[in-house]
Amino acid sequence: MRREYLQIDRINGPLIEITDVRDVFYGEVAQIRSRETGEVRIGKVIKLEGDKALIQVFQPTHGLASENSITGFTGNAFTLPMSKNLLGRQFNGIGEPMDGGPQVYSNREVNINGAPINPMSRVYPRNFIQTGISSIDVLMTLIRGQKLPIFSGNGLPHNQLTAQIISQARLGEGSDENFCIIFAAIGVKHDDEHFFRKAFKEAGVMDQVVMFVNYADDPVAERTTTPRCALAAAEYLAFVEGMQVLVVMSDITAYCEGLREISSARDEVPSRKGYPGYMYSDLATLYERAGMIQESKGSITFLPILTMPNDDITHPIPDLTGFITEGQVVLGRELYQRGVYPPIDVLPSLSRLMKDGIGEGYTREDHQDLANQLFASYSKVMEVRDLSQIMGEDDLSELDKSYMEFGRQFEQHFLGQSFTENRTIIESLDLGWSLLTILPKTELTRLSPKLIEKYLPY
Amino acid sequence: MTTDKQSGIIYGINGSVVTGKAMRPFKMREMVMVGNKKLIGEIIVLESDEAMIQVYEETEGLTPGEPIISTGSPLSVKLGPGILTNMFDGIQRPLKAMQLISPVFIPDGIGLLSIDSEKLWETHLTVKVGDQLSGGAVYATVPETELIEHRLMVPPHLEGTVVKVKPDGSYNIEETVVVLEDEHSHRHALKLHQIWPVRTPRPVKLRCEPNKPLITGQRIVDLFFPIAKGGTAAIPGSFGTGKTMTQHQLAKWSDAHIIVYIGCGERGNEMTEVIEDFPKLIDPKSGKSLMERTMLIANTSNMPVAAREASIYTGITIAEYYRDMGYDVAMMADSTSRWAEALREISGRLEEMPAEEGYPAYLSSRIAEFYERAGMVETLCEADGSISIIGAVSPAGGDFSEPVTENTKRYVNTFLALDKNLAYARHYPAINWMDSYSGYLGILQEWFQENIAEDVHTLRNKMLNLLFEENKLQEMVMLIGEEALPDGQRWILEVCRLVRLGFLQQNAFDSEDTFVPLEKQYRMLKVIEVLYDQGVDCLKKGIPTTILKNTELFDGIVKMKYTIPNNDLSGITEIEDQIERYYSELIKQYSEQEDV
Ligand SMILES: Nc1ncnc2c1ncn2[C@@H]1O[C@H](COP(=O)(O)OP(=O)(O)OP(=O)(O)O)[C@@H](O)[C@H]1O
Ligand SMILES: [Mg+2]
Repeated sequence: MRREYLQIDRINGPLIEITDVRDVFYGEVAQIRSRETGEVRIGKVIKLEGDKALIQVFQPTHGLASENSITGFTGNAFTLPMSKNLLGRQFNGIGEPMDGGPQVYSNREVNINGAPINPMSRVYPRNFIQTGISSIDVLMTLIRGQKLPIFSGNGLPHNQLTAQIISQARLGEGSDENFCIIFAAIGVKHDDEHFFRKAFKEAGVMDQVVMFVNYADDPVAERTTTPRCALAAAEYLAFVEGMQVLVVMSDITAYCEGLREISSARDEVPSRKGYPGYMYSDLATLYERAGMIQESKGSITFLPILTMPNDDITHPIPDLTGFITEGQVVLGRELYQRGVYPPIDVLPSLSRLMKDGIGEGYTREDHQDLANQLFASYSKVMEVRDLSQIMGEDDLSELDKSYMEFGRQFEQHFLGQSFTENRTIIESLDLGWSLLTILPKTELTRLSPKLIEKYLPY
Repeated sequence: MTTDKQSGIIYGINGSVVTGKAMRPFKMREMVMVGNKKLIGEIIVLESDEAMIQVYEETEGLTPGEPIISTGSPLSVKLGPGILTNMFDGIQRPLKAMQLISPVFIPDGIGLLSIDSEKLWETHLTVKVGDQLSGGAVYATVPETELIEHRLMVPPHLEGTVVKVKPDGSYNIEETVVVLEDEHSHRHALKLHQIWPVRTPRPVKLRCEPNKPLITGQRIVDLFFPIAKGGTAAIPGSFGTGKTMTQHQLAKWSDAHIIVYIGCGERGNEMTEVIEDFPKLIDPKSGKSLMERTMLIANTSNMPVAAREASIYTGITIAEYYRDMGYDVAMMADSTSRWAEALREISGRLEEMPAEEGYPAYLSSRIAEFYERAGMVETLCEADGSISIIGAVSPAGGDFSEPVTENTKRYVNTFLALDKNLAYARHYPAINWMDSYSGYLGILQEWFQENIAEDVHTLRNKMLNLLFEENKLQEMVMLIGEEALPDGQRWILEVCRLVRLGFLQQNAFDSEDTFVPLEKQYRMLKVIEVLYDQGVDCLKKGIPTTILKNTELFDGIVKMKYTIPNNDLSGITEIEDQIERYYSELIKQYSEQEDV
């Protein structure tokens, strides 16, 4: 029988401090049982100093007093049992079943923190995933095993876009049998969670989904474990069971706010906007878990969603994320207000893995150059629009007028597509070429004469 | 457990920092083994009985009361054949060897591993009994890779007479091949490796002026903002602007003998990419695979943060070792900001007083010390060697006034500022020509004059000035439109567009354009100058810009990077001829009209 502790020395937000502890290890899980109600809270040791242990508690600490609970240490790090029976199930942010179903039994317990993948053991991802959305497929191609976040803003249709990707994208080669989705909801509204549940049902994938849910009104401290539980499950299903796993996570912003809250309770020196200085490393321990390895046929493709506070892309949350992930899909409020769906702001968007997963043998030979041309031309549209605001469109040169027209058509027909419209990559590429006919040929500086000859319709 | 090893006990654990008690016998900066798992750590604060230790592995699972064992030596690297073509973690443990212990994930508590001690190397001994050797002298050579001869050198500070030499043969790195006797009759075994503490710069005979360029094959770097061999450069830019791409391009194509590439707190896949791609790339000069001259250090963003702090020192020490053999080494560190953040995180855990944005007050001096380890030198064995350091900087929010960028700027001479807007428009490399600079222009001028052309610098300045002019004119265009500008100014805009599209933009994915020899770079820029000058002559005759802009001619110039092969520049001469013909014809026509 291990020692139990009857007294809590300090309670500060999600943190409690216990003294006189012995034989407790860093990272050990603690159970705090209320003597009044019998309710059990779970926590984890986040600092040890001599016989003092600082514990982060995942449930609300209100109601706890210095002498109304019994704390025991479990002798374990934070682990979860893993098996294929996870599929179709729903858990809370610390991995307890919340769908009324049984506990998952398995003799395979894994540490939810995982461990870094040895770069020598990785396989560089090169397989194109068609999402059926032109702007993504042509301009920021999603690659199997990629971590590609969606940078959104409050009220923008990121959930809808994600749902469309889920229903249209095919991750498994040929059959989708070996395909599953892990959905981690971090601090989301009940509505949002319902929306996704419905989307999974409609896509007919519900029994291939594992959900880890922390609602907006659930404890903040649990937000730091929710994504880790989800990624531990993803690693197991991808790398042990060999499945093609898509991890959708919403909302990273809520996760970071959780981190900030704990950091400030610990009196740590804050970095920008009060977020802790180690937020980059911390986020990396989530995002870097995506990928492919030599040992297994499985893969983890990771689509985290975050809402940019004030639509500010330089805010630490999108900023640090962009420094870690392999690109980003940025949603724009202005496009949205003009009724463009999906409102993807293509210029700041990027897929870093696209260069190796497109072109001849993957999509089509013209893909990279066409994408560069569309980017270059559309960025020129932005300049011309600024000019037209000053001079009026009528006074623009003929060339500039053609850019204005190109911009309109591009937004309406290339970016714009309906929620159920599923275009093939060839359709999308051809659509790109047809828009380029609006511009004089001399403006197509990114395309070789050979490609122009072959693909430009006139 | 051996009894002569000192031991203390763990008192506290806070992330990557462990506090130890009973630490009196330990030394500052000593490497220690922490806990039952024997995690590797380094003492960073020592105060009477107590020590703070930064631990290079995951600390979860440690319990107060577990032992801390002394190793007696500072954090060091093992220097010998077997470094090149390999990838190591931040404290020089080979990632390949780790795969044998754990196939997918990085294991902890595996102790100190280093370069392969069993592999046999074809060794040629270059000394004989009776030879007098001093620090830096070469006593044996090993063909480490197809490209690089590894020269084994007497450790600095050691001097003596050779009393024993092994014959040429196959030896592993632990084998003693030479015995040296010093003036006190102490004998020193020289093996196929030596050990060096990473935080101590290796000594050199003399520091020299860095007066040769590091040729990178990247036009905007080589001609506009050159880096000297032995120089320092920083590449700052917000996420996705092309720091890593630029670093990879330099690692692939620059004319250094040895590449030390440090992935410091960046993506795992980027390291995998190098491992997968470099062996397939062929060095244009030697015809051998580029991997043969490359070594990698990987501390990815999710690996323990303390090892990130160490990775930079591990890398630079290895760079110095190859420099000492007389090689030109180029070292890329992507990203130095992650290293600075590691300093910040550890400093925070030590509860030090923070300076700007939570960074410790010694940030600036650490950055300075690091970049000062670059240089063109005369080595102890009187060979010429150099280390060029190219560091990526990742400013938070893309704001160049943050502490790491600011402090880096003070100590580097070439500054390649990446620009978000250029990247958005897919103008690559997205190096902004208004904000970038090189402090090596003057020093390198002579080299360029002797090796490329008399007028390289005047040409560069002229074109750069035009680009500055363009920048001002564009502000006007935003107010009144291009057509309202006078002809001379419109001509500048047209020509600058050519400079940007035809010269500054360089396609890393095109087999011809990815690396361009200096000769072609110069000729490309020269063509645009010829065009500009001819146009100006025409303008003086009153010929309007709209006529000067011949679509075919312009198109030819924009595409010359693809159409003219790197090894046959006759096409450029043709374009020049076309330009001359076209404009002299124009002038002729125009003066005939006037005569009528
Ligand atoms: N010279 C180039 N040629 C072609 N494409 C480029 C070039 N530089 C950058 N890119 C494009 O930009 C993308 C991002 O570049 P890169 O990964 O080098 O950015 P970064 O500055 O290192 O970003 P981070 O700070 O997030 O690591 C690349 O994947 C590539 O698509
Ligand atoms: Mg990078």
